[in-house]
Amino acid sequence: MDTPTTDIAFTLDGKPLAAHPGETIWAAAARHGVEIPHLCHHDPLRPVGNCRACMVEVEGERVLAASCCRAVEPGMKVHADSDRARAAQRGVVELLLARKPARRDRYDDELLHWAQRLGADAQRYASAFKGDAAQAAAWPQSPAPDTSHPAITFAADACIQCTRCLRACREEQGNDVIGLAGRGAAARIVFDQAAAMGESTCVACGECVQACPTGALVPANGSWAQPSVRQVDSVCPYCGVGCAITYHVHADAQGREFIARVEGRDGPANHGRLCVKGRFGFDYAQHPARLTVPLIRRDDAPKDPERVKLADWREVFREATWDEALERAAGGLLRIREQHGGAALAGFGSAKGSHEEAYLFQKLVRVGLRTHNVDHCTRLCHASSVTALLEGIGSGAVSNPVQDALHAEVILLIGANPTVNHPVAATWMKNALRRGTRLILADPRRTELSRKAWLTLQFKPGSDLALLNAMLHVLFADNLLDEATIAARCHADEVQAIREHVAPLSPEKMAPLCGVPAEDIRAAARAFARSRASMIFWGMGIAQHVHGTDNVRALIALCLLTGQIGRPGTGLHPLRGQNNVQGASDAGLMPTMFPDYLRTAPENIARVERHWALPEGTLSRTPGLTVVEIIHAALEGRIRGMYIEGENPAMSDPDAHHARQALARLEHLVVQDIFLTETAALADVVLPASSWAEKTGTVTNTDRLVQIGRKALASPGQARADLWIIQEMARRLGVAPTAEVDLHGGEAGVDAVYEEMRSLMPSLAGVSWQRLVREGAVTSPCAAEDEPGQPVVFIDRFPTADGRAKLKPAPLAFGAEPPDNVYPYVLITGRELEHWHTGAMTRHASVLDALEPVATASVHPTLLAKLGIAPGQMLRVESRRGAIELATRADPAMPEDAVFIPFAYVEAAANLLTNPKLDPEGKIAEVKYCAVALAPARATVAQS
Amino acid sequence: MRLLRPTPRGGIVPEAARQQVQALCGDLAPRADLLVEHLHRLQDAHRGLRPSHLAALAERLRLSTAEVYEVASFYQHFRLLREDEPAPQTTVRICTSLSCALAGADGLVDEVKARCGGDVAVEAASCMGLCTQAPGALVGRHALPHASVEAVLAALNQAGAPPQPPAAAQDLAAYRAQGGYQLLADCRAGKLSPEQVMQQIEVAELRGLGGAGFPSARKWRTVAQQPGPRLVVVNADEGEVGTCKDGEMLRTAPHPALEGLLIAAWAVAAGRIWIYVRDEYAAEHMLLHRELQALDAAGLLRYGGVDIGGPDDDEPGDDAAVRARPPRVALRRGAGAYICGEESALIESLEGRRGMPRLKPPIVAISGLFGRPTLEHNIETLWWVPTLVRDPAAWSGAGRRGRKGLRRFTVSGRVARPGVYLAPAGITAQELITEFAGGMAPGWHLYGVLPGGASGGMLNAQQAAELPLDFGTLEPHGCFIGSMAVIVLGHHEDGRTDTAADAARNLLRFFAHESCGQCTPCREGTHQLLAAMHGPRWDAAHLAGLSQLMRDASICGLGQAAPNPIDSVLRHFPHEVGAAEQTQE
Repeated sequence: MDTPTTDIAFTLDGKPLAAHPGETIWAAAARHGVEIPHLCHHDPLRPVGNCRACMVEVEGERVLAASCCRAVEPGMKVHADSDRARAAQRGVVELLLARKPARRDRYDDELLHWAQRLGADAQRYASAFKGDAAQAAAWPQSPAPDTSHPAITFAADACIQCTRCLRACREEQGNDVIGLAGRGAAARIVFDQAAAMGESTCVACGECVQACPTGALVPANGSWAQPSVRQVDSVCPYCGVGCAITYHVHADAQGREFIARVEGRDGPANHGRLCVKGRFGFDYAQHPARLTVPLIRRDDAPKDPERVKLADWREVFREATWDEALERAAGGLLRIREQHGGAALAGFGSAKGSHEEAYLFQKLVRVGLRTHNVDHCTRLCHASSVTALLEGIGSGAVSNPVQDALHAEVILLIGANPTVNHPVAATWMKNALRRGTRLILADPRRTELSRKAWLTLQFKPGSDLALLNAMLHVLFADNLLDEATIAARCHADEVQAIREHVAPLSPEKMAPLCGVPAEDIRAAARAFARSRASMIFWGMGIAQHVHGTDNVRALIALCLLTGQIGRPGTGLHPLRGQNNVQGASDAGLMPTMFPDYLRTAPENIARVERHWALPEGTLSRTPGLTVVEIIHAALEGRIRGMYIEGENPAMSDPDAHHARQALARLEHLVVQDIFLTETAALADVVLPASSWAEKTGTVTNTDRLVQIGRKALASPGQARADLWIIQEMARRLGVAPTAEVDLHGGEAGVDAVYEEMRSLMPSLAGVSWQRLVREGAVTSPCAAEDEPGQPVVFIDRFPTADGRAKLKPAPLAFGAEPPDNVYPYVLITGRELEHWHTGAMTRHASVLDALEPVATASVHPTLLAKLGIAPGQMLRVESRRGAIELATRADPAMPEDAVFIPFAYVEAAANLLTNPKLDPEGKIAEVKYCAVALAPARATVAQS
Repeated sequence: MRLLRPTPRGGIVPEAARQQVQALCGDLAPRADLLVEHLHRLQDAHRGLRPSHLAALAERLRLSTAEVYEVASFYQHFRLLREDEPAPQTTVRICTSLSCALAGADGLVDEVKARCGGDVAVEAASCMGLCTQAPGALVGRHALPHASVEAVLAALNQAGAPPQPPAAAQDLAAYRAQGGYQLLADCRAGKLSPEQVMQQIEVAELRGLGGAGFPSARKWRTVAQQPGPRLVVVNADEGEVGTCKDGEMLRTAPHPALEGLLIAAWAVAAGRIWIYVRDEYAAEHMLLHRELQALDAAGLLRYGGVDIGGPDDDEPGDDAAVRARPPRVALRRGAGAYICGEESALIESLEGRRGMPRLKPPIVAISGLFGRPTLEHNIETLWWVPTLVRDPAAWSGAGRRGRKGLRRFTVSGRVARPGVYLAPAGITAQELITEFAGGMAPGWHLYGVLPGGASGGMLNAQQAAELPLDFGTLEPHGCFIGSMAVIVLGHHEDGRTDTAADAARNLLRFFAHESCGQCTPCREGTHQLLAAMHGPRWDAAHLAGLSQLMRDASICGLGQAAPNPIDSVLRHFPHEVGAAEQTQE
């Protein structure tokens, strides 16, 4: 917020008012409760003053002024309600009304609102569109509505050319799809080169829909035509950006409630912005495939790891009551505990659920199953990042929030594709680039942000360490070190060790290894080091390697040696995957850590036992296993029973054949989910759970922002709140319940669980449940109720023993399975914009499914030609572990010796191919890199 | 609905298109502010713009395709083609604005269309500065005065040849031989101070002669007072209906304007200059190119072709350092848009965007090209600078009816000798016709005049005989002098008659066609006015309300002045449209 220095006195309609310096007449009036008519003006878009509905009279001036663009000057006498001003305001509205179609696509149409307020005459100019007069005027015809896009309809006849959509698309979201083409009365909104919206580069973030005042751009499902029954404030259930949303709940003819649309809310992380998943990917909750009754495996249905996609659950399961299902689920686990001990059991919780669920789940595993074998999918995403960060700076959390990109002079973005995976985070970066921040983009693919990058370093897959070590070399060689930071915050011997390590790793030597010209490596290192504020963002491209921990060590060194830490616009930001990825780890959903990263060391175990009022010796003293280790152990028969809540290892784990075999081997598998996932297909008991919109709970985003999500809908059938299910399971496993939890997902009991968790978490000392309810969002760490929380941490010291960072050299290493003659290409896996992870949610969301209905493999056009495959035709991709067939997509952003496959598609599951080889320290698998062979497939048409 | 995409969203750029764009544009810096110049390269070579080329161009300039398309679709001289659509061999544009319409241009469009083959595109176009040789046409890029069907057909053979500079122009050597550029040398040598130069033009009362009439000295001072770097922009986008004086000066004697330009840049210490020439003036553009090369060779400026750097390529040093070096000069092409004659729209176009006027404040003098303080003048204003700095009293002897100075009128329409005439300020239209334009054309009698092109309203015969023409004299009558384009309407003895209502309809078609579409009152209002002018009786109250709305609420002068012809009809020719007679002031 700008703090005004001196207010400026002026009068509006005779009343003396004060404006902040630089404030527009419109804004000053609005702040004083006077609303001047407006259509093209819309916070937070840049005012452009084209609609002219906000005209005011400024005494002494010849023409009227657009109040949305005109700054208040001292002594100005402004009239917004003089006859002349009102005539202009009304006249503008009447001109626009004349063209307005009778259809109402938006119930709260702003043009009609102002027409009514101003007493506009809709007929005044309407005759110009009739008969000879229309011919004389030669009005250009509006084309028929564009319904080519599954998410959004564009009706040009309702458009008033206010360009709110254009500014939302270009200046807010940075997608640059919408343009204003033609001129005069033929000026019109277009997508790309006047393409049909569905064929354009539109990413369907829907910011244009949210911005449009007249319903020219509306959700394709027509949901803006009626007001909602209820509006519920919540948080987006997808990625770690943590966008605040409002669910608009409608009721159908039978009175059944459903979510009709989602609107971006002004939360700290998104300020109203959303992406396609958050805005249009909500109807998975209402999908007919939702689990609505507890299921128990039929006695005549053996587990088959090759059959994980069931056409009908009746083939394998039978219905059960909740009592029977819970008894069977918990009983099976208890039996194994009694016969084989807790070490034969394991649990996977989820970063998709709330803190409360994560906390109660890890407590259930540790106390009820008597093991620390509890983990979740963070292991597959950022375990290496967390390992290196904990070692290096004593905390796995980000140092600076995403929006600090706006304060950075240089952004280094490596191994991350945020326009796809963290789309709203990417918007802040794009905003920064528009304002002059320089982006250094390092990735094997020339991803979308490359167009806006100052420098793109397209390195060879798996050669991260060659590139990063060469950059470190330049710091020493060019004397770009920040000696003050090094002296104050590092250890000299460690810096010396890095100096010696990188001395032979010059850009010239590394260039052939990483495929980036030496001069580009130098330019990147110099720009990063010399800028006033440089910030590093990375994603799973860095983390998901056998050398992932070393990759992050190199980034930490780059940051520390150049002193780019502790200030706005600097620091280290691993872009987190899940909506509660930070929170699930914070809550202790990891084998080696209790809540707040308290290590499961013996003294801490005893402490937690006391805290939970357990007899001494209740908790296991054996270290727990991680995700991939648990699956290995299951295959070997060492793990015999599992409780999996909201995770889908049969799809998400590397070498998925192996994972599916392991799951099928379990004596007892309990799966709690909202769909019959590939993992649930192998379960003994399936517990139908709640989707995010059906329950209240809290989550922490990638910026360490704790937010509350609220229940908007009832769960279908007998599906119940996850927290209630976990608590009921825990009760049957002998864990004392925390509180009575509402089985329908209401707030009851959630608060008590949160407070119990908080009692173990100093970082949430200032974030009470009541405060969250009141404020909706609070940044952690936060020491006291009356403190705002710390968006930037590590300002002068790190949470390490001596407050200094620990730097370690990162030895050169490359992918574990390099291409060879038999498997000559590299497979890179990842995600695409529309599909979240294993697709359990998004492939059940109608719009997202329509946008990306089938699995595709992205291949450079040159490689496709070499393979003799036309774009769109089927490709066979084979690794040492399996083979899949899927449609090709010609993509010049790809390197010419690699293929990219999203892992969301069961029918062509990328993880059947991936390498389960682990980073020895982070225990993360190298799903970003393995060798594959490519050939035309036998089938030629994609099956959707 | 299932979308199967064999490519990333929006498709991929074909390699052939990428190579063609590289071949045509490889020598241009890949900067967004040069977008219009890039588009010209493609349009000139392929006679149209195809989606694949625009996509390749977007990739080259690191823009989105929407950002390229919206600019390409704004300008008339860019022809957007489908990928597989054949491009016409030649485009013939026939001016149908008022002066040419009086000469029968509307019928000519139909005749030429009927006689040309399918590979020739024939289009009605807005004023192209051939008003004194009406009807005018552009065949390819070649201006064709006194166009007829036969002349157009004959010109088609040569349509593909590059435009040539006009032969009659005074060149650098000739101008220098008569003392040209001596004043500039004196300034640069310190014989005059910038303040002295500004005082001279202040004393001379030089005003902006592109239509706005703003006192030049005040503009120079405002620019000079801003912190540098400062820039100069020359508005050679003369497009007001009935105006061709800047074109005539360029064709015959460009150097006084160029010397005035260099003096102005020196005075405000601007290190970079952009000259924006309307695309219809292709020959004049070639001439400027040649003469700028000559000036570069003479060391008086540094000519950079189309490019003297973008927003970040400011000239280094303080004002003294900037004045000590010859300025860098770029020559740029418009692309067919009247609105780019509006100073801030022109700047938008120079920056590679749609030519949409900016909201004021801030004024261009404070924040213009690339957000820098910018001195912008049209050709004639600069043309007078050497004369008036040398002798601020040069004008003082001229003038009638208490007015002072000389004015350059373009006279067209029903007169015997249409042309550009230097006449005393304060002359009446009747005198101008009689004394300069050879009287009315044979058989025609004066019915009315437009004193200031399309925007300046209309006067009836009595007013034409009485009212002095100058800045400020016509405003009480709802008119203004603007760019001093006098278009004469008449009644012929054989019964042919011009009417003010027809003229107004022609002008409103022009405004509706040339409205940029940015603001509601102008975009909607121009067409609404056209609809309301249909039929023999006009609804005066309805028109008055709309007219006031457009004046009050339009962003720029186009929308604010578009109702002027209608107001003049209602006020000075009420009998034509069944309106009540109004009291004459």
